Amino acid sequence: MSGEIFSALRQALHEEEAVVSATVVSGELLGAKFLVFEDGRTVGSLGSSELDAAVRADAETFLKSGEAAIRSYHLSDGRNVEVFLEAHLPPRHLVVIGAVHIAIPLVAMAKELGYRTTVIDAREFFATRERFPHADQLIVAWPDEALAQIKITPQTDIVILAHDEKFEDPALHVALRSRAGYIGAIGSRKTSEQRLERLRRAGFSEQELSRIHAPIGIDIGAKTPAEIAVSILAEIIAVRRGRIGQPLRPAKTSPAAVSGDGG
Amino acid sequence: MRDILPEIERWISEGEEIALATVVRAIGSSPRPVGAKMAVTRSGRMAGSVSGGCVEGAVFEVALAVLETGQPRLVRYGISDEQAWDVGLSCGGTIDVFVEPLVRKA
Repeated sequence: MSGEIFSALRQALHEEEAVVSATVVSGELLGAKFLVFEDGRTVGSLGSSELDAAVRADAETFLKSGEAAIRSYHLSDGRNVEVFLEAHLPPRHLVVIGAVHIAIPLVAMAKELGYRTTVIDAREFFATRERFPHADQLIVAWPDEALAQIKITPQTDIVILAHDEKFEDPALHVALRSRAGYIGAIGSRKTSEQRLERLRRAGFSEQELSRIHAPIGIDIGAKTPAEIAVSILAEIIAVRRGRIGQPLRPAKTSPAAVSGDGG
Repeated sequence: MRDILPEIERWISEGEEIALATVVRAIGSSPRPVGAKMAVTRSGRMAGSVSGGCVEGAVFEVALAVLETGQPRLVRYGISDEQAWDVGLSCGGTIDVFVEPLVRKA
């Protein structure tokens, strides 16, 4: 690895900027390196502009999934080159708006999943260290002011539990204009529909609004705050991995289908 | 990379020459995921791991050779289940490890 590439990689790791490193692992250019940053910036080269362009296009998938794997590239000159692509992502960041009851197990479980966590509430009696011993950051401020202090990247997942339009609308305005990886908001179907209507009136397009997961979570019949936290985190993981969140057992072998009585 | 960066940076400040080994492919079961890293200095220091202890000794030798020549290498470690307890991977998987010079004096 050249000094120039290693310093760029080190800097990205320190500044928590997402980057994909690509390394040729076959043939005569063995060891050639190329870095692709979130903003599309690149450093180095794999020795062919055609290969660089192909890897740069694939890097986007790796930035999203955080994975590492070898990809084969067939070049127009007949060569076949194997390249190892590896995403170096900052820790994921869960931002919770509304230091409500559900937020407590949500933050504790997110910590277990390796998240950095921030809890935001304008009410100082809610966003306390006593209630949130696991939170990395507590911010007592209005959601839009608080979000302005945070760097929101595709590694940031925003969960809005405020359940009150005067808190959640300003938060959603900022979230929808950001590159957050996940945006979810608690509330019933009816509340969610009313929220969408307010945001439409505020000028957001249907495409923008489709980023909001509401009602939040995966349907596991969650009732208690901890169960709802599981449901929300399961949805966040599924979204990150591009899944919809179903049982792994094939549908045709489900008890209802086999016994025919549906329980 | 993030996990062994503090050691690498300390070694750099101490003027060490460093090789970096990365698991780039895993076939079958492997104790460490693709992307797992180990750094080796010419003076014999190590950080991180590529297999959970089974092939680190062999990778260490390759790393020293890579620092000597400046040429990166791709090395495959694949061991059958019966042999697994003698040498190599105790789980019987196959891993490809890419070893490259990270910091090398001209």
